[in-house]
Amino acid sequence: MNAPLVLSPEALLKIDRAIAKYPPDRRQSAVMAALTIAQDEKGWLAAETLDFVARYLGMPPIAVYEVASFYTMYDLKPVGRHKLTICTNLPCALQGAAAAAAHLKQKLGVDFNETTGDGSFTLKEGECMGACGDAPVVLHNNKRMLSWMTPEKLDQLIAELKSK
Amino acid sequence: MNAPLPPFSPGIYGPDALILKDLTGLNWRLKDYEARGGYQALKKILAENIAPEQIINEVKKSALRGRGGAGFPTGLKWSFMPRQYEGRKYLVCNSDEGEPGTFKDRDILRYNPHIVIEGMLIAGYATGSAAGYNYIHGEIWDVFERCEEALEEARAAGYVGRNILGSEFAFELYNHHGYGAYICGEETALLESLEGKKGMPRFKPPFPASYGLYGKPTTINNTETFAAVPWIILNGGEAFLNLGRPNNGGTKIFSVTGDVERPGNYEVNLGTPFARLLEMAGGMRGGKKLKACIPGGSSMPVLPWDIMMATDMDYDSIAKAGSMLGSGAVIIMDETRCMVRSLLRLSYFYFEESCGQCTPCREGTGWLYRVVDRIEHGKGKAADLDLLTEVSDNIQGRTICALGDAAALPVKSFIKHFRDEFLHHIEHGKCLVPDYV
Repeated sequence: MNAPLVLSPEALLKIDRAIAKYPPDRRQSAVMAALTIAQDEKGWLAAETLDFVARYLGMPPIAVYEVASFYTMYDLKPVGRHKLTICTNLPCALQGAAAAAAHLKQKLGVDFNETTGDGSFTLKEGECMGACGDAPVVLHNNKRMLSWMTPEKLDQLIAELKSK
Repeated sequence: MNAPLPPFSPGIYGPDALILKDLTGLNWRLKDYEARGGYQALKKILAENIAPEQIINEVKKSALRGRGGAGFPTGLKWSFMPRQYEGRKYLVCNSDEGEPGTFKDRDILRYNPHIVIEGMLIAGYATGSAAGYNYIHGEIWDVFERCEEALEEARAAGYVGRNILGSEFAFELYNHHGYGAYICGEETALLESLEGKKGMPRFKPPFPASYGLYGKPTTINNTETFAAVPWIILNGGEAFLNLGRPNNGGTKIFSVTGDVERPGNYEVNLGTPFARLLEMAGGMRGGKKLKACIPGGSSMPVLPWDIMMATDMDYDSIAKAGSMLGSGAVIIMDETRCMVRSLLRLSYFYFEESCGQCTPCREGTGWLYRVVDRIEHGKGKAADLDLLTEVSDNIQGRTICALGDAAALPVKSFIKHFRDEFLHHIEHGKCLVPDYV
């Protein structure tokens, strides 16, 4: 029972709040919230973190691995400090997302699913984020959505993130 | 580049707007919603002790059809919930909006979250559900946080919880987020996901009304569907029906994207001519000519410009024209767009998002993507168009959920209406249009 704490008490408090949304015998329903909270704290989801979430929710580890590998926003490998995901689906592509994606690749010197040498940026190709009217749309570290990302605004964003 | 940033003008969604009426992007809080007449429908129901059956009848009269894609009659769906069931029943809101081209639920939730809460409360009352969950697309995190805040406001004001507004009515409501899986917009995949599993669709029957969340009777509706309910209660089902057309009641929010001057959401009465909607979106970008339009989200058949210009925007008219209203995502393509390249991007999407449960979809979406890819890149073979049709036919109707059909329908319709472009790619190894996506 005295397994070392993988997550901070603050993170556990957040997970407990998520668990409280579901019937007492349905703690598993909180797994997506728990994995999100864990990833926010750790940067990515290592096996040790997944095992901890499994123990915390009373789930078989394989059931947690299944969830973590099914949903694309969970990272099962380390990513750069700034993960940029750009949607290139058809409606966005018609509004300049293809050019924006090419600009990002050229600017960062990486292709999709690659991380810059200094570990600052990981670039991902996203599927529909449900914000097509704002295209081109970039998601920064899963949580911050940036709209109408013209090449000029992408340059500003990269400069802003580099200085952090 | 012209979509709204708050504060924006309240008329931006169009003069017909009910759900998005008077919004400025900043007036989303409880007090603002109450000032717009919010929560009056719920108060009326509780004060007058209106019977659940009566509410369901009113919704049936309104001809409110599911706004998520399938267009199923909402009142009828509610009536499937077993009345005498003694255990817990559930209500679920499908805000997992990820159908390419669709972003209406995002605007409803971030700019008018309480209208969805009120709609869910009324539906919870009508179906006798004990609790509800609003499943929100993972990519729109700021919207999830706003919904959490709005829900706290509603709870603090006594709209959610036990003894709502001093009555016997009790209803618990929670927000739940996804984290990147298109398939969870399918209602039974969403239920699996809500139970903390991979989002793989379930066999139907049993339908959610008999075996839903945690195996309990469950009603699932789209965000926009719930958002239409308070108006129906206050103004009557018939008034809602009369805004649209027979069997197509009310307003519908269309998300217009692609080659138009002002991509964005426009809420119009069902039956509004497509030409009017296009005009509201500022017309074609740069004055170019309309070539094609997908009128209901990327899963629906594409239609050529002349058919679209003669079509009205309601479920039955679009079906008659050969496509479907779907989620109301209107994707506009102008004369410079290559149809092969456009289909390639959609085929990649379905290949990427197939959950892998059913063999025809898991394998078939890969075939579709690879064959369209080789046509696009000048390596197509003469027999490829027949091959694409055959693979599509072998997916369509042979999978547990509609994602299989969603992958097959665009392919068949693109080839049907734009065969010459595909043939040109195959015969000449290059594009018929000079400038493309």
